[in-house]
Amino acid sequence: MDALRALLAERADGDVVAWADHAEVMRRFGLDCPSAEEAILSAGFLPARYRRNRQTISTELQLRLHRSTVAVVGCGGLGGYVIEELARLGIGRLVAIDPDAFEEHNLNRQLLSSPAAIGQSKAQAAERRVADINPGIVVRPVEVAFSPETAADSFGGVDVVVDAADSVPIRLQLADACSQLKIPLVHGAIAGWYGQVCTVMPGDETLRHLYGRGSEPKGVEVVLGNPSFTPAVVASFEAAEVCKILLEQGCLLRNQILVIDLLHMEVDHIRF
Amino acid sequence: MEITVRLYLTFRTGRFRVETRECPAGATAAGVARDLEIRDADIGMVLVNDRQAELEQQLLPGDTLSLFPVVGGG
Repeated sequence: MDALRALLAERADGDVVAWADHAEVMRRFGLDCPSAEEAILSAGFLPARYRRNRQTISTELQLRLHRSTVAVVGCGGLGGYVIEELARLGIGRLVAIDPDAFEEHNLNRQLLSSPAAIGQSKAQAAERRVADINPGIVVRPVEVAFSPETAADSFGGVDVVVDAADSVPIRLQLADACSQLKIPLVHGAIAGWYGQVCTVMPGDETLRHLYGRGSEPKGVEVVLGNPSFTPAVVASFEAAEVCKILLEQGCLLRNQILVIDLLHMEVDHIRF
Repeated sequence: MEITVRLYLTFRTGRFRVETRECPAGATAAGVARDLEIRDADIGMVLVNDRQAELEQQLLPGDTLSLFPVVGGG
């Protein structure tokens, strides 16, 4: 560590370490990129990629994000944006869960999709995208659908779970699993111009409130579809909730729901 | 009796956002929804006076009933 600190002190711009010097740390100390990022942050230096975070997130808290693990259930409309934003934020480990492959109708909104990606695994696409934009992040792709039976394995060591699913029954099972495993869950859902988001802490009944008897597997999205901007908006709210949970800052949407209407530009903040 | 009904998202289309309505004494949330031609299966969250409620809940004079559609996409 002393040799590392000496190198960083010599090369850093103040306490900010450029990407080229991050690479030098990897080379000189035989570290992979995530380990080098851990070492740089632990030494009190900030990788330059996070310079624009620092007015909001200190170096110490950036290290906390790097040491956090977030599971994203679904790598489609919501999931693609959530994964992108959490990777750029600097969450150190992501579990990207999705059994599906891209289809042509995903192209209107799914950030990880492209014509070249049709037929390819969504979870693996998430791993490739994160490796491309922030190789300091480790992604575990899980190409098996979430189920109560797989929850303990998928969510081992996870600090927060993000709901980016597209089914009501799956969401209710996800809420139950997170409650049993005592992991916070950030819920989001979309339909046409509309969306909703909230945070569910273990023991909260919020999703039972939202989905009533859960008798229907789908909602109004069956009729309305999903344009590109709605998942981006709701996913961004979800990413912000994740950040606040991990940093223990700000006000969470707990026992509350944000109901978003992009057609009329209205947001209803429902408090229970 | 008089109650206030708040509708959200797609339920507003062709109906209203907030309305004070007359309904029979002992009316339930389900009954009000039926009168508004809102299908049970389409209803996600039901609030009465900002508290989670079941569709079968009987309403009292002055209650505020809020109905939300199921939003399930991702």
